Amino acid sequence: MTATLPDAAGHFGVYGGRFVPEALVAALEELTAAYDSARHDPAFTGELDRLLHTYAGRPTPLTDARRLAVEAGGARMLLKREDLAHTGSHKINNVLGQALLTQRMGKPRVIAETGAGQHGVATATACALLGLDCVVYMGEEDTRRQALNVARMKLLGADVVPVTTGSRTLKDAVNEAMRDWVTNVETTHYIIGSVVGPHPFPAMVRDFQRIIGVEARAQCLELIGRLPDVIVACVGGGSNSMGIFHPFLADAEVRLVGCEAGGSGVATGRHAATLSGGEAGVLHGARSYLLQDQWGQTARTHSISAGLDYPGVGPEHAWLRDTGRASYRPVTDEQAMSAFALLARTEGILPAIETAHAIAGAVDLGRGLGPDATVLICCSGRGDKDVDTAARWFEVVSGEELRDAAEERAAVPVEHTDGDGW
Amino acid sequence: MSTPAEASAAPHSRLSDAFAGAGRPLLVGYLPAGFPSYDGAVAALTGMVAAGVDVVEVGLPYSDPLMDGPTIQRAVDGALEAGTTTRDVLRTVEAVSATGAPTVVMTYWNPVERYGVQAFARDLAAAGGVGVITPDVLPEESGPWLAATASYGLDPVFLVAPSSTAERIAAVAGVSRGFLYAASTMGVTGARAAVASTAAALVARVRRVTDLPVAVGLGVSTGAQAAEVAGYADGVIVGSAFVRCLLDGVDPSLLAAELAAGVAASVVRGE
Repeated sequence: MTATLPDAAGHFGVYGGRFVPEALVAALEELTAAYDSARHDPAFTGELDRLLHTYAGRPTPLTDARRLAVEAGGARMLLKREDLAHTGSHKINNVLGQALLTQRMGKPRVIAETGAGQHGVATATACALLGLDCVVYMGEEDTRRQALNVARMKLLGADVVPVTTGSRTLKDAVNEAMRDWVTNVETTHYIIGSVVGPHPFPAMVRDFQRIIGVEARAQCLELIGRLPDVIVACVGGGSNSMGIFHPFLADAEVRLVGCEAGGSGVATGRHAATLSGGEAGVLHGARSYLLQDQWGQTARTHSISAGLDYPGVGPEHAWLRDTGRASYRPVTDEQAMSAFALLARTEGILPAIETAHAIAGAVDLGRGLGPDATVLICCSGRGDKDVDTAARWFEVVSGEELRDAAEERAAVPVEHTDGDGW
Repeated sequence: MSTPAEASAAPHSRLSDAFAGAGRPLLVGYLPAGFPSYDGAVAALTGMVAAGVDVVEVGLPYSDPLMDGPTIQRAVDGALEAGTTTRDVLRTVEAVSATGAPTVVMTYWNPVERYGVQAFARDLAAAGGVGVITPDVLPEESGPWLAATASYGLDPVFLVAPSSTAERIAAVAGVSRGFLYAASTMGVTGARAAVASTAAALVARVRRVTDLPVAVGLGVSTGAQAAEVAGYADGVIVGSAFVRCLLDGVDPSLLAAELAAGVAASVVRGE
């Protein structure tokens, strides 16, 4: 039965488990025990609830997106607004839970990996709040592309370590975080940012993200008196999607649809659609689907969205795919960017480009289902971080203008910089 | 410790024979296949055997080597960029095992699963390989692998670490054959100024639960360190230091000779 997965060894069917150096087993066992005791301890759950309410801004609202609905065949489009959570995405839900757990285990230091920087910023935030040392590993490519998020993490007191090995992106940041963890495990907890990694991470991160679906379920019942027909979310590692899907797994009438990064199109090979274009394999501590070559080497991936640009996916998604409980579809860069513009112009919401993949899938599903249908969409993050990419994509500004503006700002000594007024 | 039933069912292990027959600790030398080239790796490993390496460990280059530090990562990245495949690794094993030195493969799990668990064991055995070290496979997930290695008479070698509890050590020893790989310290591969003091303590704990030979790896790079480790372990595993030679353009057989002398010195001292 779905609700009782994973088994004691962390398996979702044939997926999940632990494929890690023996040196990490003691830490994973300690974490499993700490998490098992914490989640049944009202002192822990009460403190997490308090932070989620008074600090992260939960519950996040459910927005009835009426002008978007017109574009989606008249289907009712309900947006679960994780973009309004503190730090701008659902990532804070998991990070607050794991940071509290770090304190509970008596460890003073946290490490994390990040791609676009959303999880890194959320982790740096929680560590500042709870007084934990924080080191964030980020592929060197990504530190250049996301210089502002690097600055954000540093302002929050975190050390950001550029990773120069392998492909210098998110997957290599995970590798480097694992290497740090195996070396410093006595003092350090690794806050993984998605429902990936060795047991207990996929189940634990899912549980911390379930609040998205739990709230959305109640809000949906209150608003329309029934459950939605379909739930749509983007899937990179898969944490926001698992968070919103999980409380609905037993509701067989609710379709669950994950939107993956189709990049330039799955047929081109330039994509990160793991469940659509990958096969079973082992990466980063668990068996799941994986983009790999014929020899089992991890494939290079591409997506316009750094947060979805990952060759693996959480093992529970692999299981939901194989059992047919959820379905997964690729959304291309082009389709995602169109949906980004559509949501901006119809609802006044700039979504993260990750989230725009879900919007694209939802609009397509709405058109197929028609006006009687209700589509619940996880609006997982806000698009402030992506303004520069989107502005260039739509040629609102040229790369040259962006560069000139940046140079002009940089040329003015900071002590002479005027505040940003109206 | 293996139960009598397992022991009687198991065919003899060439690795165990090597450890038992030497009358001294063994020197285990690692290089990844395909670096600096296919031929370069074969020549380096062959030279290392001639200079005193007893057991050869051929690394299967993998895109995401979680257990490896920067030195081995660099070599492995180079091998992959040059197009090294699992087939090249098997060819390397075939070439090196022709020296007569027992040859094992060190590989992360995904390339084995991708190749086919049974097929990998079959082809490695056919190439003359005698065992496989799998740093990211735990006893809990080893079922199909144990079956495949048993069918082809290969020794599956698993790792223990300073953080392993007595129960974990027993579980790892229960599935290992040939020898047990003791990670000297908590961390990744790479030369260190001193071999961690945790290594001797770990070896002592391992000996309480198994009769398998215990080889110590992680951080050994000099003859003096090899002598020190050989004072309490059955084998001394050296990897990054050999790779470092290749990166620096130095013949690794010089280091092999120094390490072999170190291992031999420990025996003289010990007697």
